[in-house]
Amino acid sequence: MERHGLATYLIGFVLAVVLTAIPFWLVATHALPPQRLLLVIGIAAVLQVLVHLRFFLHLNFTTTPKENLLALVFTALLIFIMVGGSFWIMFDLHQRMMS
Amino acid sequence: MFGKLTIEALPLYSAIAAGGAAVTVGGALLVAIVLTWLKAWKYLWTDWLTSVDHKRIGVMYIVLALIMLLRGFVDAIMMRAQQATALDAGGYLPPEHFDQIFSSHGTIMIFFMAMPFMTGLINLIMPLQIGTRDVAFPWLNAVSLWLSAAGAGLVMVSLVIGKFSTAGWTGYPPYSGIDYNPGVGVDYWIWAILISGVGSTMSGINFIVTILKRRAPGMTLMRMTPFTWTALCASVLMAFAFPAITVACGLLALDRLFGMHFFTNAHGGNMMNYANLFWIWGHPEVYILILPAFGIFSEVVATFSKKRLFGYESLVYATAAIAILSFTVWLHHFFTMGSSANVNAFFGVTTMVIAVPTGVKVFNWLLTMYRGRIDFHPSMMWSIGFMVTFVIGGMTGVLLAIPPADFLMHNTTFLVAHFHNMIIPGVLFGYLAGYMFWFPKAFGFELNRGWGLASFWCWLIGFYLAFMPLYLLGLKGMPRRMETYNDPTWQPYLMVAAAGAVVVLFGIASMVMQLYVSIRDRRLTADRTGDPFDGRTLEWSTSSPPPPYNFAVIPTVSDREPFLVAKKDGTAYQRPASYTPISIPSNTPAGVVLGIFAFVLGFAIIWHIWWLVAVSAIVMFTTVITRSSDDHAEFTLSAGEVKRIEDERFRELGRRA
Repeated sequence: MERHGLATYLIGFVLAVVLTAIPFWLVATHALPPQRLLLVIGIAAVLQVLVHLRFFLHLNFTTTPKENLLALVFTALLIFIMVGGSFWIMFDLHQRMMS
Repeated sequence: MFGKLTIEALPLYSAIAAGGAAVTVGGALLVAIVLTWLKAWKYLWTDWLTSVDHKRIGVMYIVLALIMLLRGFVDAIMMRAQQATALDAGGYLPPEHFDQIFSSHGTIMIFFMAMPFMTGLINLIMPLQIGTRDVAFPWLNAVSLWLSAAGAGLVMVSLVIGKFSTAGWTGYPPYSGIDYNPGVGVDYWIWAILISGVGSTMSGINFIVTILKRRAPGMTLMRMTPFTWTALCASVLMAFAFPAITVACGLLALDRLFGMHFFTNAHGGNMMNYANLFWIWGHPEVYILILPAFGIFSEVVATFSKKRLFGYESLVYATAAIAILSFTVWLHHFFTMGSSANVNAFFGVTTMVIAVPTGVKVFNWLLTMYRGRIDFHPSMMWSIGFMVTFVIGGMTGVLLAIPPADFLMHNTTFLVAHFHNMIIPGVLFGYLAGYMFWFPKAFGFELNRGWGLASFWCWLIGFYLAFMPLYLLGLKGMPRRMETYNDPTWQPYLMVAAAGAVVVLFGIASMVMQLYVSIRDRRLTADRTGDPFDGRTLEWSTSSPPPPYNFAVIPTVSDREPFLVAKKDGTAYQRPASYTPISIPSNTPAGVVLGIFAFVLGFAIIWHIWWLVAVSAIVMFTTVITRSSDDHAEFTLSAGEVKRIEDERFRELGRRA
């Protein structure tokens, strides 16, 4: 088991705080129109997930066992189905409500 | 001080509601009195409630499930009695009360009957089948159990203090929102589900890790029993699907508590997103419940046909295919929302596709029985009854998968008949087959066969009588959840359905009798070998009930049916040359404490008693930290102690020979 230094956790923590602070600040100040605001929040959220995986769970493409990465790919597939499907369903409905 | 809680919360508004409360309180008191009379409190506390042994946790889950089955069935028979007599505002229940009953019936049967029953059976048997000494995280397992019990407790308490939800088991907004439902009912529903849902998610993770990491040497994935395979797939679904309902209910709670607008019509909310999130969990949930039942049928059919399971690989691949496909069909629960044709067509087709792997399995079981020497044990009868009945439900399901047909049948009793036709023969018959099959493993004596068969026939006939008329009524256009109606041609069908519920009542009475008779005659039917049914897999190689460590020596596996092969080769029941000390996790009250305070937390939020919310949250947090930092959570059973237990076991085996 390799040791992970305090530095990795601190970098991860700072990145996570920054990625949380940006959406909060944007929402609080209404700095962007709603459409673009949602997009930025979404991107910040996905980036934050990657930060957690990299800095807190220490996943990478060299030392992590292959089956763990496979499990991650499976997770990504399911999230794609759930989130992508929800987008498809709800935007389709939105259009049909002509709003 | 007490938030919204006043003396008004007691159910004195109607005689029937007061009666229900009296039965609940009286039942709890009766149990307490019997326990005191038997002086069993200490035994119960030290040997069961604080236990982290997977077998005991499994048994406690199943006890919870059977108690909740009784409660859910009382709801069912009350609804049937109401509808049978409710022509032109007849009947005996006011609408407000009837609505609570159908809401609690669905909630209880899914979350607090089926889920604990399934989790209990997996807990009890899966670690034995893969040849390990416990699940990967024994303490987490106890926490899951007590969170489930806390949720069930909230539903039961709603009978006595306040009212339960009237929004159905799905709790759709806007009706379940604060504007239309200002009382505490929906809050009871939300917090019961949120708390038990956390437990289910953790159970799923626990089982996944156990199956992937703790298998005996030599047990490759393709040597796992079908039940373990289905448990694995169901656990993956649990871990991935339950967060969706946690989010849906959590957002609904925010709407209700803090005036947010996730699911309101105003301020950018969208109530249909609730339906979307709910069914992202809801459809996988159906397969969470039914896949382990499929696994049980596979074990039971192979054992009582005395044949190897036909087409093991196809069954495994079918299970995995169902697990993935179950995430792609959820929109079929709300076709009538009005999506475009493309969306409806996609989800209609995936729904029909999922019937294919399920059909494969039916052939697996049929061909396993073909030319087998079938022993008609009650478990086998549940399996045969399932195969015949389930196929009917499958066909009505494919019918409902066609969106235009669904538009006509949506929210009619046809739908009610369809999903009961899947869940009673599929899920419940499966669990009861497992209960009667593995009971001797858990307790060391067999269940009475005669009463088991009586129970089976009553359930089967009662099922047909209760639900076939609902199919017809649905085609005639009767909506579900009706407190009253004015079409006299419906009444005869509803009377037949009510008679069916009475026959099912006899089935449940037979189960109670079976337990009583079996416990009375336990010396006659004692299982001294640990293998009463000529079993094929590892759980039958230990004693009944198994010792706390399950296996004195972890077996090495070289076949799909290791115990059967060992019996044929004459290598079963061999004594090892020596024993080694075994470390076992110690019992802990932390699980019960967490469960009790989760219950208090839920209760306090429901009634807006904010100081109590803070207190119980702090107690829960402290309990978790304390137990997690305990470095002495295990004790060691010495080699001598293991030898003493094993010598006893071999003496029993010798007496039998």
